[in-house]
Amino acid sequence: MKATPTHAAAAENFLKDEERSHWHDDTLWHVRSKRDTSAQKIPEWEQLRTNASQVKDHVLSNMDQLLLQFEKNATENGIEVLWAKDAEEHNQHILRILEEYQVKNLVKSKSILTEECGLNHFLEDKGYDVVDTDLGERIIQFNNQVPSHIVMPAIHLKKKEIGEIFHKHLGTYEGADDPAYLTEAARQHLRQKFIQARVAITGVNFGIAETGGFVVCTNEGNADMGTHLADVHIACMGIEKLVPRAADLGVFLRLLARSATGQSITNYTSHFHRPRKGKKLYLILVDNGRTDQLGREDFRNSLKCIRCGACMNTCPIYRRSSGFSYNSTVPGPIGSILSPGMDLKKHSTLPFASTLCGSCTDVCPVKINIHEQLYKWRQVITKEGPSQPSKKWAMRFGGNVMSKPKLFDLMGNLARKSLSISPRGFVYNSFNAWGKHRELPEVPKESFKEWYRKNRKQ
Amino acid sequence: MNSSKDAIITAIKKNKPDLLPLPEHPEFPYENNLIEQFQASIKLNGGAARTGEGKMAIQSYLKENFAPDKQVLSLVEGITGNFEIKNVPDPHELEHIEVAVLEGDWGVVENAAIWLPEEKIVHRALPFIAQHLIVLLKIDRLLGNMHEAYQKINVAGPGYGVFVAGPSKTADIEQSLIIGAHGPRSMVVFLME
Repeated sequence: MKATPTHAAAAENFLKDEERSHWHDDTLWHVRSKRDTSAQKIPEWEQLRTNASQVKDHVLSNMDQLLLQFEKNATENGIEVLWAKDAEEHNQHILRILEEYQVKNLVKSKSILTEECGLNHFLEDKGYDVVDTDLGERIIQFNNQVPSHIVMPAIHLKKKEIGEIFHKHLGTYEGADDPAYLTEAARQHLRQKFIQARVAITGVNFGIAETGGFVVCTNEGNADMGTHLADVHIACMGIEKLVPRAADLGVFLRLLARSATGQSITNYTSHFHRPRKGKKLYLILVDNGRTDQLGREDFRNSLKCIRCGACMNTCPIYRRSSGFSYNSTVPGPIGSILSPGMDLKKHSTLPFASTLCGSCTDVCPVKINIHEQLYKWRQVITKEGPSQPSKKWAMRFGGNVMSKPKLFDLMGNLARKSLSISPRGFVYNSFNAWGKHRELPEVPKESFKEWYRKNRKQ
Repeated sequence: MNSSKDAIITAIKKNKPDLLPLPEHPEFPYENNLIEQFQASIKLNGGAARTGEGKMAIQSYLKENFAPDKQVLSLVEGITGNFEIKNVPDPHELEHIEVAVLEGDWGVVENAAIWLPEEKIVHRALPFIAQHLIVLLKIDRLLGNMHEAYQKINVAGPGYGVFVAGPSKTADIEQSLIIGAHGPRSMVVFLME
């Protein structure tokens, strides 16, 4: 298996195209600004965040009882509930259902969980035609890519590139890049898929324990177009997606879309409680590492996430390095605290892909202490994981110097003198990662200590 | 019998923190002008809301905007279309509906979300498959915010129910807002006494 590149290495690749990286940065920041405008219109915004966080605290502390209640009520509603301890079991459940109904084509609306489980590849390898129906997801599916953002999957692509993809796959005019024209082409193409599909797969935004139903949010209406025309609806849900009571949705729905894109709500918020008459509704409850994360006291709060993507839009590192540099289903700050729990070795560089500025924590609608968890993962990784030898050596050296005041003064003096006379190539080289894309600050003539001694006398 | 379920429940029991209390539902009284706010909200979602007109206005709107050879489906008493849903057992037959006229159950003014329970739409697919959507909403069914909505609505009553807050839309191509992704290309709400 190919080793996963470090975040820094992958980001470097993205940053080669300077114009694109600036464009990406600006686009995401614009979404973040819309979130601010929208949140600031709600005087009770902070109370909503607190309430949502407390509801999720309760869910995490009572998840077994709530899941059992949810299963019982859903079953009474006529939903067939299946359990999957990992991605493999989740995929096998779906395969079994498809085999039972002898269906080869299916439509799917956006579900980060099925991305996490690698469902598309699993089914495609077995000869199934899986059609992602969210426009952004269809684009990247044509392009053999995975989402680079959990809410805006094709945010890394420009309309010109999408025009080329559609020209190749949908026969749109060569060079055409008008978003309205391209969207219309996708509409016509996907309508046919909706009409033909007998099985529709969706994700789940919220499962309601009290009523045994679930909620799916979209702007395009693609989840509904799929499920209401198909004979079989399979909904895939992470076990942490529960709310105890239907009325909790009042809080979560006010937060979700505003945090995601600045909209007051998604245009469609669908509540599924029973299958259509004579049709079948399956719900798969997936663990896949979530119960392990629940057991990690410092990191369990990450399971409160409602997948709004606000932390990505605000993150200075995400905006400048794009989702792919994280090599993880969920990228950005939240992905960097979730993914190390799934595979610490593979994702060991992600918690370092942050300035720890804390903006992610500030915008999180359920108040996850993301930047604190990033810092805590760094400690775990440095203790047990493979930290770069150069960094380890530098830290040990730095720690030694800083613990001895006399040595610190001496080294400071040496550094100030040597840096001011060193040739450029001696300072800016491959050993100095810090100096790669920026200049070191100007070297002061004296240390603060020296300056203070001199000036205090006056 | 279900070993994965047992494994998951056992793991949760072992790993979960001590029980934390479930907070009360918050209440935030809504004080803006309901009609004006509804109109402002739906505009932001890509739809439109008209006021001060009766059912006749909807009938003329249909006549002015849709050619007579197009399928018009009305589920609102007093407004006539040319397509009868009673004879349609399979939602695939709704594929060519040009415009559907529905009555909303409740409307939330902070975001223009209109509650459509299954019994008001007959086929779940209808509000999505129609090319255009017209929704009649009584002014006394307007609510301030989502907290009020979930107090009023029993979401588990119908097998399916949906908050529709505007036409089908997407911004997946360079963040350009396009109305009419898969579902309705327009949505007009008539607010009535």
